Amino acid sequence: MLHMTGTILRNLFSQRATRLYPIEKREPFAEVRGELLFDVEKCTFCVRCQMACPSQCITVDRKAATWACDAFACVYCGICADTCPDGALSHAPAYRPVAREKSQMFYQGVLKEKPKKAAPAAAPAAAPAGESPKPEKAEA
Amino acid sequence: MPRTVVPFGPQHPVLPEPIHLTLHCEDEIIKEAVPAIGYVHRGLEKLAEIRDHNQMVQVVERVCGICSMIHAAAYCAAVEQILGIKPPPRAEYLRVVWSELHRMHSHLLWLGLYADAFGFESLFMHFWRIRERIMDVMEATAGNRVIISVNVVGGVRRDLTPEQQKWVLSEVDWVEKEVARLKDVMMNDYTVKKRTVGVGILSKEQALELGAAGPMLRGSGVAQDMRMTGYHAYGELGFEPVVETDGDSYARSNVRFREVLAAVDLVRQAMAKLPDSELATAYKGRPKGEAVMRVEQPRGELLYYVKSSGGKYLDRVRIRTPTFANIPPLCAVLPGLELADIPVVVLSMDPCISCTER
Repeated sequence: MLHMTGTILRNLFSQRATRLYPIEKREPFAEVRGELLFDVEKCTFCVRCQMACPSQCITVDRKAATWACDAFACVYCGICADTCPDGALSHAPAYRPVAREKSQMFYQGVLKEKPKKAAPAAAPAAAPAGESPKPEKAEA
Repeated sequence: MPRTVVPFGPQHPVLPEPIHLTLHCEDEIIKEAVPAIGYVHRGLEKLAEIRDHNQMVQVVERVCGICSMIHAAAYCAAVEQILGIKPPPRAEYLRVVWSELHRMHSHLLWLGLYADAFGFESLFMHFWRIRERIMDVMEATAGNRVIISVNVVGGVRRDLTPEQQKWVLSEVDWVEKEVARLKDVMMNDYTVKKRTVGVGILSKEQALELGAAGPMLRGSGVAQDMRMTGYHAYGELGFEPVVETDGDSYARSNVRFREVLAAVDLVRQAMAKLPDSELATAYKGRPKGEAVMRVEQPRGELLYYVKSSGGKYLDRVRIRTPTFANIPPLCAVLPGLELADIPVVVLSMDPCISCTER
């Protein structure tokens, strides 16, 4: 009984272990891989993210300059963001908010900008560019 | 006396995952237990045929929803063996840190579920309360709570800054203090002992003969732990396997309880020795050859066999998980027990069925 008294007193004066969730929310940690963000302005449509993605949820069309991601197949591993040479992909620390309707990520880039931006990145992009047409054709 | 057949599972309040046991009983005493698995088979090994060796890291992480990082580290180590590269020392130490954090949260999860199995719900909540801090550590340092995705072939993707290291150590100190506070309840409580001491005894000979792994084996007095082989950076850290000799449910829970504290110690050691180096070794080409990697998962020895002939995809990835090895010893333990003791004994093995079925 005396043993229990200590526990009771400690529990009376200690903070609660849980949060009253909808009222009190914890800020997400800065390093968390939450929602996938895509900046179409920076993208050079090099297809590296599509080739690296483990869940194969990214589809890039070089000719049409489109970038699409099946957000429901994405596993938030962050490999695409690590692979992207242009810094077009990043993760927000918060997760995607709850929605009533399903929406996919689809971005239309501008074809005119492509040769301008691709020119300085041509040297490092040369190696995968040789390989990429094959899987692109196979998956299209 | 005629035998009655009692189906146990695949859906049972005590089981987090589906496994079926057909229990042949005489009165309330089990005479025979026949297991059946296959309820959550996903064919992840087959995925190696359409995912390249880098993409497979994320696939093998999803073999287990609790010790995902250890799966990925084992797979990466096997591919690194084939490629003939060695990860940088810092990556090896960081793999130890995250492996031990995973072991801590896995054992705390199990200790909670185990407490729940013998009806001690407040103890269950206390263990999971402690576990939540470790989940926070993983979320803050690696970006996700369970599937932390820190491994790549050649090393790791994330680093720990000095501030993060300090914070992780303080969190780990807190975990150690809180776990130590629960020791008396988990190990010396009268009712807990009534349900676990002397129940489901697996002798040392049986454990060796039937190929038990992990805490099931060490609970029966066999000092066998894959970390003794010194993979990653374990060879450079002071490590001794946790062994109990009684072989009953109590001994198995005691092994896991002490392993939480041992994991805390290993995290501290690894942090103290964390060398400065790059995070990943660069390599060229595709793996060609075969390799076997054995690591210690929270549930026991995990084996990865990887074979590749230098093509785009691997030829074979074979995963043998500890729960699969522990099913025959479990079925050897059950005969002679009362029906009411079955949930506690089945859970004392720490079944991870999604691992088993891949």
